[in-house]
Amino acid sequence: MSHHEMTAEEVSHHVRTYLKVFGALLVLTVITVGVFYLHLPIVGAVVVALIVASIKGSLVACYFMHLISERGLIYWILALCALFFVVLLLLPVITDHEAVGTVTH
Amino acid sequence: MSAAVAIPHDMEPHPVTGMYNGKFGLWLFLASEVMLFGALFSSYVLLRMGAPEGTWPKHGAEILNVPLATFNTVVLITSSVTMVMAWAALKMNNIARGQLFLTVTFLLAGAFLVVKYFEYSEKFNHFEVWLKEPMVVDGNSVSSIRGHLAKDCPPLTKETHIRAFAIPEFILLDPDAPAGSKEHPPTLRIDGGNIRRISDFGPAHSTFLATYFTLTGLHGLHIIGGMVVILYFMLTGSRFAQKRPDKYADRIECTGLYWHFVDLVWIFLFPVLYLL
Repeated sequence: MSHHEMTAEEVSHHVRTYLKVFGALLVLTVITVGVFYLHLPIVGAVVVALIVASIKGSLVACYFMHLISERGLIYWILALCALFFVVLLLLPVITDHEAVGTVTH
Repeated sequence: MSAAVAIPHDMEPHPVTGMYNGKFGLWLFLASEVMLFGALFSSYVLLRMGAPEGTWPKHGAEILNVPLATFNTVVLITSSVTMVMAWAALKMNNIARGQLFLTVTFLLAGAFLVVKYFEYSEKFNHFEVWLKEPMVVDGNSVSSIRGHLAKDCPPLTKETHIRAFAIPEFILLDPDAPAGSKEHPPTLRIDGGNIRRISDFGPAHSTFLATYFTLTGLHGLHIIGGMVVILYFMLTGSRFAQKRPDKYADRIECTGLYWHFVDLVWIFLFPVLYLL
């Protein structure tokens, strides 16, 4: 469906969704900060923080950026983008981890 | 514009991409932005994993201000909502309401930068002094002391060629209150002879703060870029919207895509820098 054919009713339906997403994002922000004050061990803290941030990021991308109602090529391009992003993030792991931070002469 | 020079898929979805070309172009731009921030996030992981023991703070909150950053997170999320509400209003042909939401978005972006300004300037007025011989502060023997320069402390000068602070004859430091307390230990006089290094909490302080300023600085530049575009539409939008309402809604949709991306980056920056 093209956005150009949206009726006023559809738009106001969208607005209700935006407000729900807004509420969810605020709750998740409270969770992010609340979990920090629990002082979990580092691995647990990283896992929880990244999961919550990923949920928030997905909500923004799907609803505010309308990704959930897009069709076609864009998914493939973004999938490729996500793949390269993961490779970028794994670079430190792929690199010889033991050698990181040691002084080489 | 005459029909003869109409651009294909300027407004109508392209059969292959499923969207009008402007929006597709913006998504491609955002994909390249993911690579830019991805490379920096990756560098962060590399630097943090490689940091020698004790040189990386246990978590950013040791140095950074979590309540201010939480406030800023809420400000930015709210600005994303007002941005998408501006688009929705324009879709319903309510130009005045759309422009109002656009203005609110602009003001929220400004509020984010004002808070960031206070956060940054606090870092440049906060000092760490590394000692040659440990000193006793508040009953503990310490090898470095954090605090603010006392009122009557002679001003510090920078050594021009290495951009670091020159070691003065002495400094007067009001040490930070210990964790969990609000009471500051009394002003300390530290002789230059016992000072190994002085730094404010700017990028030169440590790898962590260099990373912090690089990432939040680049994000801040994106906020400024977004504000320029939003301001342009605040000033010229009403007239254009009366002529081409659909086209204007599309432009605001594209601006919104960029703006939500800037919000999305912050959603990851906040926990990574401040809380982990």
